[in-house]
Amino acid sequence: MFKNKRNALLFILSCFTLVFPIVGKALDRTDISGLASETAMERLRAIEEIAAIGDADALRLLENLQKSEVMVTDAGQIVLENEDWDVIDAITLEVLDPQPDMYDTVIVNNRMRSQLERAVGVLQLLSEDREIRLTSAKSLQDNLSPSLLSILNKALAQETDQEIIKILKESQSVILLDAADAQQRIDAVNYLNSSNERRIRELLAAKLEKNELGVYQEDSAEVRVAIESAVASIDRKLTFIDYFGRLFSGLSLGSILLLAAMGLAITYGLLGVINLAHGEMLMIGAYATYVTQQLFVAYLPNHFDFYVLAAIPMAFLCSAIIGVILERTVIRWLYGRPLETLLATWGISLFLIQLVRQIFGAQNVEVSNPNWLSGGVELWNVVMPFNRIAIIVFAVLVLVGIWLVISQTRLGLFIRSVTQNRSMAACVGVNTAKVDMLAFGLGSGIAGLAGVALSQIGNVGPDLGQAYIIDSFMVVVLGGVGQLAGTVYAALGLGAFSKLIEPGVGAVLTKIIILVFIIAVIQKRPQGLFALKGRFVED
Amino acid sequence: MQYQPKIEPLFSTLGWIGLITFALLTLIVVPSLYLAVPDGSSFHISSYTVTLIGKIMCYCIVAVAMNLIWGYAGILSLGQGLFFALGGYCFGMYLMRQIGRDGQYQSLLPDFMVFLDWKEYPLHWMGTESFLWAIILVLLVPGVLAFVFGYFAFRSRIKGVYFSIITQALTFAFMLLFFRNETGFGGNNGFTDFKRILGYSITDPTMRAALFGLSAFFLLLVLVLSRVLIKSKFGRILTAVRDSESRLMFCGYDPIRYKLFIWTLSAVICGVAGALYVPQVGIINPSEMSPANSIEIAVWVAVGGRGTIVGPIIGAASVNGAKSFFTQAFPEYWLFFLGLLFIFVTLCLPFGIVGLINKLKRKFTKSGIES
Repeated sequence: MFKNKRNALLFILSCFTLVFPIVGKALDRTDISGLASETAMERLRAIEEIAAIGDADALRLLENLQKSEVMVTDAGQIVLENEDWDVIDAITLEVLDPQPDMYDTVIVNNRMRSQLERAVGVLQLLSEDREIRLTSAKSLQDNLSPSLLSILNKALAQETDQEIIKILKESQSVILLDAADAQQRIDAVNYLNSSNERRIRELLAAKLEKNELGVYQEDSAEVRVAIESAVASIDRKLTFIDYFGRLFSGLSLGSILLLAAMGLAITYGLLGVINLAHGEMLMIGAYATYVTQQLFVAYLPNHFDFYVLAAIPMAFLCSAIIGVILERTVIRWLYGRPLETLLATWGISLFLIQLVRQIFGAQNVEVSNPNWLSGGVELWNVVMPFNRIAIIVFAVLVLVGIWLVISQTRLGLFIRSVTQNRSMAACVGVNTAKVDMLAFGLGSGIAGLAGVALSQIGNVGPDLGQAYIIDSFMVVVLGGVGQLAGTVYAALGLGAFSKLIEPGVGAVLTKIIILVFIIAVIQKRPQGLFALKGRFVED
Repeated sequence: MQYQPKIEPLFSTLGWIGLITFALLTLIVVPSLYLAVPDGSSFHISSYTVTLIGKIMCYCIVAVAMNLIWGYAGILSLGQGLFFALGGYCFGMYLMRQIGRDGQYQSLLPDFMVFLDWKEYPLHWMGTESFLWAIILVLLVPGVLAFVFGYFAFRSRIKGVYFSIITQALTFAFMLLFFRNETGFGGNNGFTDFKRILGYSITDPTMRAALFGLSAFFLLLVLVLSRVLIKSKFGRILTAVRDSESRLMFCGYDPIRYKLFIWTLSAVICGVAGALYVPQVGIINPSEMSPANSIEIAVWVAVGGRGTIVGPIIGAASVNGAKSFFTQAFPEYWLFFLGLLFIFVTLCLPFGIVGLINKLKRKFTKSGIES
């Protein structure tokens, strides 16, 4: 059942060590005498023996070897040098008396070096430090061999940390997949059943394959059944994890799209104009975050972690003020000419991009996450970064805020009335010009908030807005205007849909598929999915 | 009684004079000054100038096509840059085939395919070694794409800014597609290092002059064609689509057919312009498809005056002339200038330069001319 003689030999060796554990046997001269040998094979064997003893002395000696500090005297004694350049015994660390005349470094060739690395890694499983044990356990996962079984058992016996125990047990089971006893193999498979790692799945699946002679890698039919069910169980979990991961990134993308598109939906719904400079409002929000960060670094370094919170109103105000200025100076003169507005706002966007380039330079500026936004939580092998989670929460908060403004305030009432019927609203005394201005400011301000969010997950540069403008328009086109719900469904739907199909077809094809999908939807619902119902005439 | 449109001459006298002068200048004077006058003479026109004017004439063709769809039918397409680039790519495939074994790797395949370790031409390159097929592709690819896309868009009555945004998204999607190496069009770098057309060297002055003359001829052709179209009954329906589509429908017309025809025609013209452009500038890459380029085309037309016959040409020539000047003299201010130009033209010059001239004329003569 072993692939080759070497594995079999190692296995037998390790079985012996299993039966006769060598714990308690200390490192002595005879164990290390092989290091003095001229032949590399002998030296290799000595390293193996030292590693097998596996106590603190052994680990230290192996580490000395790695650093080429171990020397051999003419008499064949293995020695080291201490800080005073005195020659000391490699085991007892006592200064030799008399000092030897001639000694030479033990030559460590490449093969020995890799063996040393491995041996040191294994011995670190028994280290005092939890972190070292964890790293060692993790690094062992990638190169398991039967010879490790004894040390794994030893480590498991004294390990108390649950996370490390889990890793070690898994490694142990992987090794035992090659055990001679079928029951042992079944137990190993049953343990691995609970794994959710692709690596384990591949390992198990390989056992079910036939070799070139047509013989199964796993000869016992009983074990094969166990393996099959384990593979199926891991597959189920993997699929679940995969979709969970996609769903999370979809939700994350969706909330970003939502933040970017909400302001757009308000201005487009209200004014019927496409604001191509909307992306630049995002950019201004992101740069406002950057400026806030720099101010905190300069004046409030102790409260740096809270700069993001301060950046939120900053970004909102900056973008909103610029939005209001644009509305007053350019856009209001173009009402009723939507196509020209489109061109003019494009001009504004070029102007703003170049302006930011002149002020902050063409390079990206660095916006760093505060401490409480770096890192993430891992759930079922899917790492969910805190900044992405924060953006989802932020998007929900902004959404609730907008909903409150639109549905509960007087301004919201006016915005809704002007969106539904501008002339009627004007007739009953709504100052539509003022509503336009404030709504444009609100829409731009929300874009600024989206900019704060974007600054936490990506690069902040003058071209930041360009990347999002087309996608946010697609959201608005798909969702229709006049209802916040349309934007929400369209943003989350597009985000989730693109992340679900992206791993299969690639990012470019995803964009094309989404475009085709949107055109198909528009065939049925020209005003978007959630258009206001009512009778109105197009001119 | 059936309405009989007043029969007007195709061009005014002034228009004819202008056309003929332009034809003489571009078809006879410039080529002969370029080819026959020796290098040192002050009358000599350099290769650089010929290429620059040739390039700008290609842009003028695009502007005329844009004017047909936007100026007359009122549909702001942000996809003209895509059709332009597609035409360029179609002819570019032929040009790549013409390199033969003169590429860096001495292979029959273009360098980028050798680089990707491809062994043979992919399917969509089939037949591109034939000049005739390349020309057919130049007409067919933008035409078919525009027809199919337009059919679905117009059928569901997508119009106004919605149509602009959808065409912009289409352009963007194609740009991403062409940026990929797997698409088989050279990815990032696109096509370049062209050597010859129909066996003649592409850098030969005679070839440059021929391409220049061809661009000029085609510009004249498109100009006359658009004038004929606009003066016909078809043109009147188009302007009706622009001014009040619903009323036109109530009168019993089906605007979809008219819109679809003019949109497809405009795409084909853009494709031809792209095919003329590529051999003159010697390169085509996906950045030609960037949405910004398509919007710039709209601003050429807006600057010159949309819905006028010479406006787009004036606009394309002046904006591109300004671009050549700015990007050499003060490169960092070009975007400021362009941005302000967009805003200024839409705010202050809704009918562009031609509109301004007409307004001034009316002011002085109290009569003015119909553009």
